[in-house]
Amino acid sequence: MKKKNNPFFTVYACLVYIFLYLPIAVVIAFSFNTSKMNIVFEGFTFDWYVSMWSNTLLMDAFKNTIIVAAISTLLATILGTLCAVGLNRFEFKLKGLISASLYIPIVIPELVFAIAMLILFSSMDITMNMATLIISHVTFSMPFVVITVRSRIAGHDPSIEEAARDLGANEIRTFFRVTLPMIAPGVLSGAMLALTLSLDDVVVSFFTAGVDSQILPLRILSMVKKGISPDVNALSTLMIIGSVLLLVGTTVVQGRLEKQEEA
Amino acid sequence: MGKKKRLSLAPLTMIGPTTLWLILFLMVPLALVIGISFLTRNGYGGVTMIPSLEAYKALLSKEYVKVFISSFELSILTTVICLVVGYPFAYVIANSSEKVKPFLVLLLMLPFWINSMIRIYGWNTILRSSGIINNVLLSLGVIKMPLELLYTDGAVLLGMVYDLLPFTVLPIYTSIEKLDPSLLEAASDLGAGKLHKFVRVILPLTMPGVFAGSIQTFIPSLGLFYIADMMGGAKTMYIGNLIKNQFMSARNWPMGAALAIVLIVITLVLMKLYTRVGSLEDMV
Repeated sequence: MKKKNNPFFTVYACLVYIFLYLPIAVVIAFSFNTSKMNIVFEGFTFDWYVSMWSNTLLMDAFKNTIIVAAISTLLATILGTLCAVGLNRFEFKLKGLISASLYIPIVIPELVFAIAMLILFSSMDITMNMATLIISHVTFSMPFVVITVRSRIAGHDPSIEEAARDLGANEIRTFFRVTLPMIAPGVLSGAMLALTLSLDDVVVSFFTAGVDSQILPLRILSMVKKGISPDVNALSTLMIIGSVLLLVGTTVVQGRLEKQEEA
Repeated sequence: MGKKKRLSLAPLTMIGPTTLWLILFLMVPLALVIGISFLTRNGYGGVTMIPSLEAYKALLSKEYVKVFISSFELSILTTVICLVVGYPFAYVIANSSEKVKPFLVLLLMLPFWINSMIRIYGWNTILRSSGIINNVLLSLGVIKMPLELLYTDGAVLLGMVYDLLPFTVLPIYTSIEKLDPSLLEAASDLGAGKLHKFVRVILPLTMPGVFAGSIQTFIPSLGLFYIADMMGGAKTMYIGNLIKNQFMSARNWPMGAALAIVLIVITLVLMKLYTRVGSLEDMV
């Protein structure tokens, strides 16, 4: 089938993309604005990129955002990958139940999960801190890792792993030398999904972050009514650039891994 | 024997940690929500162990019903706008040439990588009374006084549509991608016009995507309290903000838990409806 969009549709799609990127562009543009108020563009400056480093509230939030995203992605990826491989390889009684319960965090409204975590930690008299935040992030992102990895394993030939074991490799060696390389693209996309979910979350973090573990979006929310200083634009811009680089980077790596797989 | 041992230990080490994690940090917390919704609040933000249906009775009171109505209005409107805007958009992406398509999909995914608070804050900057739109209009002489754009119900709607549009588009895009081109050719060969082909063939076949997209828009929209906080004037109360307030300021846990149960019930009903047209796997 010939695929062709008529010009009207093309213009329409461009407008929707503009809508999606307009606020992002505004944040980036204003990070270079000399005016202290985010009102009119008065002149070009890099000042905010310098001054933001001495804004301790902002820097703490930045640091926390990175720490939470990194640790929760790592944990979710390890737990999720092991679970996916296990679910794929073994047959047992509770398998259906476990597989089904993995869909719960995906399906229930974030807000419900958020208050459930708040109730859990509060009823155990735990004050919210970095750990409660990370635990919550792992819980909502791990199921996505399991499902992504599982969908990738489904196409693999189990006889290769069996061959490795028959040749004398033990379970651990088989996992690291045979299974993991085979499912690497799936693990990578699962990890990327977990990272995205962690970086994009607001709702769950709002309820499970402590005073010492405020992340950037929460900081923005608490500042917005009082007026946000332009160094927030600068930091946000850095995060936007970082995200874009990471996404493009993984897309490239993903492509290579898949090509390797085909070859 | 060695083989037997491997079979019994390996599943436990692989699936055990995740299962334990899900029990501790998913099942137990959700059970607590259900349990607490049937208890009595105490004045200190906790609960006392006295069973009560008070929270559920309160759900039926006038003020709460008002909140439900305004929330559903907002969520339905958001979903409808996302569908109307998103369907043709998904169609254009799916029908673009193979060269640009990966790039267009990447552009659609990219906003997910930027925290939605940053993006909503961008809208806040644009709409503020001293913001970009008002400044442009003022300097052009179109208006004499700044317009009240931010802190309105319209601004909340805009924020919702903005935040959720990619969630509507992705499932629709996937379902259009899956369309069998030979079916479309058959329709054309049998003399179906463009509109006819769309209404009778394409639309029905992509209904699972439309449904998945609607659910993925409608359900989160009920909980996005921070968009109302950033863009709304706190004049209209929505269910998400109401739940937040029960835990953060009103300190009425049973009420907040009962409201959460309402969200769960709505979700379950919608999922049940959805499984009639599509599979759960397609939601991810």
